Parts: sequence; C-alpha cells; structure tokens
Amino acid sequence: MRNGTSAIAVAVAAFLALLGAALGQDALFRIQAWIVFTVLALGAVFLFRRVSFGPAGAAALTGEQAAYNDDVIRWGVIATLFWGTAGLLVGVIAATQLAYPAFNIPPFLNFGRLRPLHTSAVIFAFGGNALIATSFYVVQRTCRARLFGGWLPSFVFWGYQLFIVLAATGYLLGITQGREYAEPEWYVDLWITVVWVAYLLVFLGTLVKRKEPHIYVANWFYLSFIVTIAMLHLVNNLAVPVSFLGVKSYSAFSGVQDALTQWWYGHNAVGFFLTAGFLGMRYYFVPKQANRPVYSYRLSIVHFWALIFMYIWAGPHHLHYTALPDWAQTLGMVFSVMLWMPSWGGMINGLMTLSGAWDKLRTDPVLRMMVMSIAFYGMSTFEGPLMSIKAVNGLSHYTDWTIGHVHSGALGWVGMVSFGAMYFLVPKLWNRKQLYSLRLVNWHFWLATLGIVVYAAVMWVSGIMQGLMWREYDGQGFLVYSFAETSAAMHPYYVMRILGGVLYLLGMLVMIYNVYKTIRGDVRAEVPMGAEAPALKPAE
Amino acid sequence: MSGNREIDQLSGVDTTGHEWDGIKELNNPLPRWWLWTLYLTIIWSIGYMVVYPAIPGLWGAEGATKGIWGWGSRADLRTQMTTVEQGRQAMNDKIATMDINAIMADPEARNFAVSAGASLFKVNCVQCHGSGAQGGPGYPNLNDDSWLWGGKPEQIVATLENGIRVAGNPDTRDSLMPAFGKDGLLEPEKINQAANYVRQLANLEHDAGLATAGATVFAENCASCHGEKGEGNQDLGAPQLNDAVWLYGDSLEAITTQVQTPRHGVMPAWKDKLGEGKVKALAAYVLSLGGGQ
Repeated sequence: MRNGTSAIAVAVAAFLALLGAALGQDALFRIQAWIVFTVLALGAVFLFRRVSFGPAGAAALTGEQAAYNDDVIRWGVIATLFWGTAGLLVGVIAATQLAYPAFNIPPFLNFGRLRPLHTSAVIFAFGGNALIATSFYVVQRTCRARLFGGWLPSFVFWGYQLFIVLAATGYLLGITQGREYAEPEWYVDLWITVVWVAYLLVFLGTLVKRKEPHIYVANWFYLSFIVTIAMLHLVNNLAVPVSFLGVKSYSAFSGVQDALTQWWYGHNAVGFFLTAGFLGMRYYFVPKQANRPVYSYRLSIVHFWALIFMYIWAGPHHLHYTALPDWAQTLGMVFSVMLWMPSWGGMINGLMTLSGAWDKLRTDPVLRMMVMSIAFYGMSTFEGPLMSIKAVNGLSHYTDWTIGHVHSGALGWVGMVSFGAMYFLVPKLWNRKQLYSLRLVNWHFWLATLGIVVYAAVMWVSGIMQGLMWREYDGQGFLVYSFAETSAAMHPYYVMRILGGVLYLLGMLVMIYNVYKTIRGDVRAEVPMGAEAPALKPAE
Repeated sequence: MSGNREIDQLSGVDTTGHEWDGIKELNNPLPRWWLWTLYLTIIWSIGYMVVYPAIPGLWGAEGATKGIWGWGSRADLRTQMTTVEQGRQAMNDKIATMDINAIMADPEARNFAVSAGASLFKVNCVQCHGSGAQGGPGYPNLNDDSWLWGGKPEQIVATLENGIRVAGNPDTRDSLMPAFGKDGLLEPEKINQAANYVRQLANLEHDAGLATAGATVFAENCASCHGEKGEGNQDLGAPQLNDAVWLYGDSLEAITTQVQTPRHGVMPAWKDKLGEGKVKALAAYVLSLGGGQ
C-alpha cells in the first residue's frame, strides 16, 4: 500500500495541530496551529488520493530512474526558485520602506516584521532549499548511491517547507525571539531540529552506502555544514517556553553571554550555511560545468580543515567595542584575520579549475555566472577579515557598509552560484537536452551583476559616509552631525539601492521564465552565444 | 587508486587518480604565496595576542592575559573622554561666568560656545525645532527675526533657562490665550469676523465686510495682548499678527481654530537639565544663526 503509512502519519499530525489550535494559550499560538493544521490537512488529502493498493513493488522503477532519487530534487529546484523570488521581492519592499517610510503598513507589513522575513526567506528558504536540493543531487552522483532512507528525503524536504511557512507567518504575526537569523520561537526550533536530524541521517546514510572508495570534497563541505548548523542551532536556541501551548520563550542565557551565543551562531550561520554549504555546491558544479579537473586536491584538504577550524571562533568580531571582554574581542578578530587565506583557498581552487577552459566563458553564460560568484566570494572573504579589524570596525560597525558587505556575499556569491547550479540541474532533472535559452541566461547574468554592483557600491559609499559623519568632530572637539542629518544624507543612496534590488529581482524573473520553458521542453531559436565574434582557438 | 593516475592534457599536471561522476583532481601543490600569506596572518595574530588581552584562565590569572602593552578598551575610553573633557574644561568654566553679550563679543569664547551649542542643539533641540532650526507647525523657526518671547541675547538665555509654560517653575515664560470659541466668550460669527480682520492686518486675502466688523471685535478682545495693529507683545509671548510668520498656519481655518481652541506651546527649562554654561552655549548658537535682535 504505497503512500498509505505517510498519509496516515500526516493526518494524525494534522489532528495534533488541531488540538494545538483548540488548546493554545495565546491567540498567536492558535493561529500558528491553524496554519500547521491547514498545511498538513491539505498534505494528507493529497497523499490519500495517491494511495495505491496494488501489490507492493509493482510500480518499482527500473534502470537509471531507480538508481537515484531525483523526485525530491525536482521539488527542491522549484522551491528554491519560488522562495528566492519571494525573498528578493520582500527585500525590494523593505528597501523601499527604508527610503520612503510611507510604505510601512502596520502592523503586519512594517519594516520590523518584513526585515526578518526577507533575511530568512533568502538565507533559509532560498539558500536552504538550494543546499538541500544540490546536496541530494551531488551526494548521489559522487557516491553512486541512491539517497538513503526511503521516504526520509521527502520528509526532509516537506518538513523544511513547513518550517519556512511557520517562520514566515510567525514574523508577519509578530512572533520572534529577537535573535538575528534565529527569530522563530521554540516550537519552530524544535520542529526544524527534527527535520535537520533527518537531513543528517539521509546524508550520512548515503555516504555510508557509497560505491566510491573516497568521499568527494563537495560532500565534506556539505557534511560540515549540516553538522555545524545542527550544533549552532541547538545551543543558540536553548530557551524555556512560558507555556507548552504558547509562543513565548525566554533564552537560557543573559547579558553579554546571550549576545556572544547569538553572534557565535549568527557568524557561523554565515560561515557554515552560506560559505561551507555553498562551497560544497561550488566544488561539484564548477568542475562539471567547466568539464575540468579540480585544481588542487591538497589545497582542497588544507583549506577545508583550516576553514572549518577557524570560522567557528570568529563570531566575537560582531561585538567589538561592546561589553564583551577585550580578550574575547581579540580572539574573534585574530581568527577572522587568519581566516582570510583558508577562505581564499576555495576561490583559488575554483578559479584555477578553469585554467585551460577560460575560453568557455565567451560561450557559456552559466559558467560565467559561476565564475562571477567565485569572484564575489573572493571579494567578500577579503572584506570580512578587513572589517573584523578593530580599527576598521570602529568605522564600519552599525553602518550600511555591513549591509553592503553582506549583500556582495549573498547576491554575488550565494545567489550566483545557486543560479549556476540550477541552470545546470534543470535540463538534467527534467531530461531535456539543453536550456530553453542561453541568451536569457546571459540577460540574467548581466541584470544580476549590474544589480549587485549598484547595490554594493551604493552601500559602501553610504556606509562609509555614515560612519564618517557619526565621528566628525569640529575644531573645538564637538560632534558635528545629528543622527537625523546622517539619515537625510543617506536617502539618495537608499533610493539607488532599490534600483540595485529591482535589477537583481528582474534577473530572477528572467530565470523563472527560462526554467519554465526548459521544463516544458521548448528550445528558443537563437544565435548561439559567441557566434558573432570570429572563433578563437583555445590557448595551447 | 594510484593505478588510475594520468596526466592532464591541458595543464601537464598529473591527477590524483580519484574520479567522482567524471570529476578528477589535479595533484597541484599549495600555491606558495597562499601558504606564506596564511603563515603571515598566523604570525601576526600571535604577535597581536602577545600585545593585547587575549587568553583567559592561564596560570590562575584573573580574567585573561593583559597583553604586554597593558591596553584595555574601558581604560582607553576613560582616557579619551577625560582628555576631551579636560581640553574643554577651561573654556567651559570661562563661559559659565561670562554674560552672554560678553561671550558674543569675545571671538574665542564665541567660537567655542557656538560649536558647543551646535552640538547640544543636535541632541536636545532638533526634535522640535528641526535640524536646521527651521521649526515647523507649532515650533518656531529660530533663524528669522520674529520672536515670541524676545530675541535679545539675554531674553533668549532667559527663555532657555526656565523654559515656556513649565509647571512649577516660577520664572518660566507663561501666558494663556483664552479659548474664545470653546469657552463661549465669542459667538462663531464674531470669531469669523475677527479672523478676517487678522488676515487683513497681515495683508492676506479676506472678506472686506467681515473684516470691518472684525476690527471692533479685535479691538475689544485681542488688542490688549496682540496690540492695536497686531504688532504682538513679547512680554506676554503674544505673537505678532501683521507679519508673514505664522506658528499654526495663516489660512482662515487655521486662524479660526486658534481663536476657538488656542494651542499653547511648551519648552523644557534647560537650566535644570544642562546647567548655565550649556544654556549660554545654546543661546550663542541660536544667535549665530543670524536671527537674534
């Protein structure tokens, strides 16, 4: 009886959610329980309709299809594109609210609620789905083994979507534990813990089942990302709920310990989610797309261990010149500086993988996208250690410079490498010969690149100006500018920032169209990329 | 594994012999510049940790190692703040004992007071008066020549020191315009006439018939404070009405509303909050805007 057990399990879970809706101690908890119930009830109906009572194994797949579990990856690609678009759109709205406060619509669509919606949507919904989907794809191919755990990968995917829905609706309702990038309350934290452990089991199980003697470097990075995020999540979210049927909880830590725990988590969310995880993606898709060997095996080992050893200590640089003891600030700073080369190892190994294949950039916009992502990776991993130096941090901290830094990493590195991976995956997963249009990929590339350049440049100027205005003294030793004057000076840059975001979002929409047409099996009649220029011979 | 080693055609480097889904690895060494830069950052970090506070709980040391330079952020902040404060001390003391007119006449004192006042203004005053002291509806512009309570240096100091309509402060600026409409002191028709007359005084468009009738109403009810020609009275904080400056707007509706239910602006008594010296600095800044009398 296929699907029977899962249908019953989902229905029982839906019933439990209904109990939560009935017994919830506060209105917000009841609303969230209703949301869970609605999602699960719809899921149960969907699963019951697909229950098949034929003899077990009758529908067993054969050949290539049986080898790998790609169904969940196809869903993952669609979810990545969907949440990516949603996250970017909310980003554009939030940027508009900063420039024009009239666009705040209280209480649900205030900047204060849309900001975590934007960050979580792009990091965890877009980035998380991209990581789960690509890790499932990569681990199967590089282990020559089907995903471990039967229905477990599907549980990971759909469980993760439920987490996203709960987190997103929670933000709009005003539910937050006030920890940056870890805003969801205790019950959502518990749920994602269950999902994450399942994810770890699937990944480890597949590694154990592998038919290759060695574990490919991409899988080291994916595994370090999964394990470390689990550890960070568990410690940072230690909290005591006020009621098991209410939304509110209180952190187990207080004062500066709480701040340090939060930034130990926050910085390593960047380090292990947005760096290590996406390096895993980079290590598979760049050599595949370029069709070249990885530059250096030794470099991959050394920079992997150096990166994961040093990253975990760097969090205190978010708390320079605060109540955090000086010695902890020192450690955060020196580990950030030492992290520079381990991070750059990933860039070198990525860029040098293209040696001998640089000519492909002229004709392959997908590869161009990946190379641009590595370039942005290199820039932001240089900028990060620079900003962690206390003298620089004294100027940059609390200004838009930080925002610019984050976006050059997020839009440039995380976004571009994910787009490249998606363009690689879509034709393979839907069994198409090629993408609908490489010229549209090129449009996406330029829209996104221009968007990032506008965004980052504008935030650098605005942030450094802001920092300089804050510390401007006159000849008599008195501060020159009021806060309102610095805000007024930043307004033009806020407006330009919206433009950068819109360009990037437009690129995303071009991608959605291209992927949609590819899945339908259409191929656009177009002049091949690079065909206008006289053909060049590759360098010998 | 080593049996699968091969030479990569393009680079001439041998591979490690591993292969995953078609991906091979070259056996290139670590780039030298990369390795040396890594070593340099590590050496620099060790040096930094020797010099600055770094390692907790060593050899029973209380807190952490202090670093051989003995630097600490709290001590550093204290030193910097003390240096700034000591640098200003002499001028602060000097200004506190000087009369505002003397301050404005002494270039050195004036310079210091205006700088200090500008800085104080941005923290304490911009919320109402605006970052350019341009004011807004209900909050006076401080750049112009129009003053409710007087624009002479000592008058500005007095207004700042004791504030406006501060409850319990005997020296505060105080006055109250009657609520002619709300308290039924004048019929709506008469208020309308008076408002038209006020607009006539200010050379604004008005109904001539109503304004003529309003002249009498004005003379009987308003002139005692605002003056016969609406020239105002700074002793009472009664605004001048025959000019182009309007605290709550110059439309017929705005004037009528103000006669019916007057609003009375307030300002804190800054002497209690900032002390005499800083009040003088603020006055010096306001005077430097060019609008004093």
